Amino acid sequence: MLRFLLRRVTLIVPTFVGVTLLSFLLIHLVPGDPIEVRTGERGITPERLAAMRHEMGLDRPLWQQFAGYEAQVLHGNLGTSIITRQPVWREFATLFPATIELSVCAIVFAIAVGLPLGVIAAVRRGSVFDYGLMGLSIAGASMPIFWWGLMMILVFSVALGWTPVSGRISDAFYVEPWSGFMLIDAWFSDDKGAVRSAFSHLILPTIVLGTIPLATIARMTRSAMLEVLGEDYIRTARAKGLGGVRVVVVHALRNALIPVVTVIGLQVGTLLGGAILTETIFSWPGVGHWLVESIQRRDYPVLQGGTLLVASLVMLVNLGVDLAYGFLNPRIRR
Amino acid sequence: MSGADVQAATAAARPQRAPGSLRLFWRAFAENRGAVVGFAVMLLLVAVALLADWVAPHSPVVQFRDHFLAPPMWQRGGSAEFLLGTDDVGRDILSRLIHGARLSLLIGLAVVALSLSGGTVLGLSAAFAGGTADIAIMRLMDILLVFPSLLLAIVIVAILGPSLFNAMIAVAIVTLPNYTRLSRAAALGELARDYVTATRSAGAGTLRLMFLTVLPNCTAPLIVQATLGFSSAILDAAALGFLGLGAQPPTPEWGTMLAGALEFYQRAWWVLAFPGIAILVTVLAFNLMGDGLRDALDPRLKR
Repeated sequence: MLRFLLRRVTLIVPTFVGVTLLSFLLIHLVPGDPIEVRTGERGITPERLAAMRHEMGLDRPLWQQFAGYEAQVLHGNLGTSIITRQPVWREFATLFPATIELSVCAIVFAIAVGLPLGVIAAVRRGSVFDYGLMGLSIAGASMPIFWWGLMMILVFSVALGWTPVSGRISDAFYVEPWSGFMLIDAWFSDDKGAVRSAFSHLILPTIVLGTIPLATIARMTRSAMLEVLGEDYIRTARAKGLGGVRVVVVHALRNALIPVVTVIGLQVGTLLGGAILTETIFSWPGVGHWLVESIQRRDYPVLQGGTLLVASLVMLVNLGVDLAYGFLNPRIRR
Repeated sequence: MSGADVQAATAAARPQRAPGSLRLFWRAFAENRGAVVGFAVMLLLVAVALLADWVAPHSPVVQFRDHFLAPPMWQRGGSAEFLLGTDDVGRDILSRLIHGARLSLLIGLAVVALSLSGGTVLGLSAAFAGGTADIAIMRLMDILLVFPSLLLAIVIVAILGPSLFNAMIAVAIVTLPNYTRLSRAAALGELARDYVTATRSAGAGTLRLMFLTVLPNCTAPLIVQATLGFSSAILDAAALGFLGLGAQPPTPEWGTMLAGALEFYQRAWWVLAFPGIAILVTVLAFNLMGDGLRDALDPRLKR
């Protein structure tokens, strides 16, 4: 186990260097004067330009610049936003809880709905329910979620007036930002209305962001369950006279969960990618919305640092899933 | 190994052209009713795209100044002239959708062609070269896979500049690792087989081995992935268009049409609804087809 652990952890080093190299190249490849791209200053005098060039190390060879960048990154310095003049890292840290809150709600929603549906479809294989669910789930996986979100707003917010259109909480409430998770902060503010408002703001984005993972999980659960239900030990359990529900839940589901858990782990990238679209549609003040805005404002340091942070995060989560999987299943530790 | 063995082995290397193999394939494919529906929809889309100039009632870019935001035909105020209504500058939505089908299929085709060919060459090279080259290629793919695909596409477009062409390049790069991994895995599985050894000992060069001997036996997973790649290419390109990073207005690309609808979709639902339905139906058709192909081509999953 220790060797497996060490190997996986060391494998991350070249990937991380590659990721930083890509984000380093990003700002070098963006068209425009490198000083303008980095600082947003325009109409600089030639003397100042030369001074800044030297100060920022842009007159050094590229590999030295990269080494310098790598050192900065490892010290947690990811540059400064051109627009707000705030360190990229601090902006990310303030916005990230919103993205986590939304992503966690979306994945919980996807599991809570997708898992039981997949199990029922497998148990009632070939039934109308099975066909209907599989049809719906392939449609869900094909969904352009940016359109899906707008349609939801059109129906539930505009036409029916059930849910708010955008944001995390109504302006009528002020909630002390303590954890950064609006639902938790609202809970501790002891204001029932604030909790309700935060919750209602979460519903539509959660459904929209959870749609593709939900479809994937339902399909995966169904096929994993079908495989397990054909095994001998299920027949044995049935022959022992165990009830249907007990066999399905205790014997089959437990073993079908391994591939399902892997799929859930792999949804992190999907979620963060989907968050870019979902947050943009619902004006959700998270990392995805921030990255899209950074492009529109040509705030390249933010795009560079934010991309690096998101990629590193996915990398770490993948590593975690890998390690957990190796821990659960000794066969893959080789 | 005797001469007869070599002969038999090389014969096995060629795809079996048994009589009626196409029919056998179709029977397996048609078992999946969804796949047949997907196939039919795809044929329809191709027909519409090819005949767009004749099928579309209007030009996709002409602005009818007297018909801003005309509702679809069946709603009050709608007319048969604009079946699905018009947008904010009076362009016929149906005509734009029909011309958009052309773009979307083109996007899918170009992206899949690029990433499939690039990925196959990289994957086969990795499998054949082994050692450092293999590690280097696969590490590079791992790096690409760490980025959420849409984010990587956004970054690439930020570098290249927003346009339909650059969006296609970006999506092709993003999907490259899928094909590379698949073709490498499939090739590695084939490399250990006797027929490859036989062909090699008969004096075949590496390139011949790669593309004429091994590749034809790796096609099943690649075809399935290419079909599914079609749908994800269309979806990703539409998302980029929606974010203003893909095709630029007035191009009738479906995602770009949705971006243009953002300001007034709350009072004109049809501007929003139809382009999205077009994307959904197209992507769904290719996904259904991909599923059917997987069932038909992948014997391991056969029930």
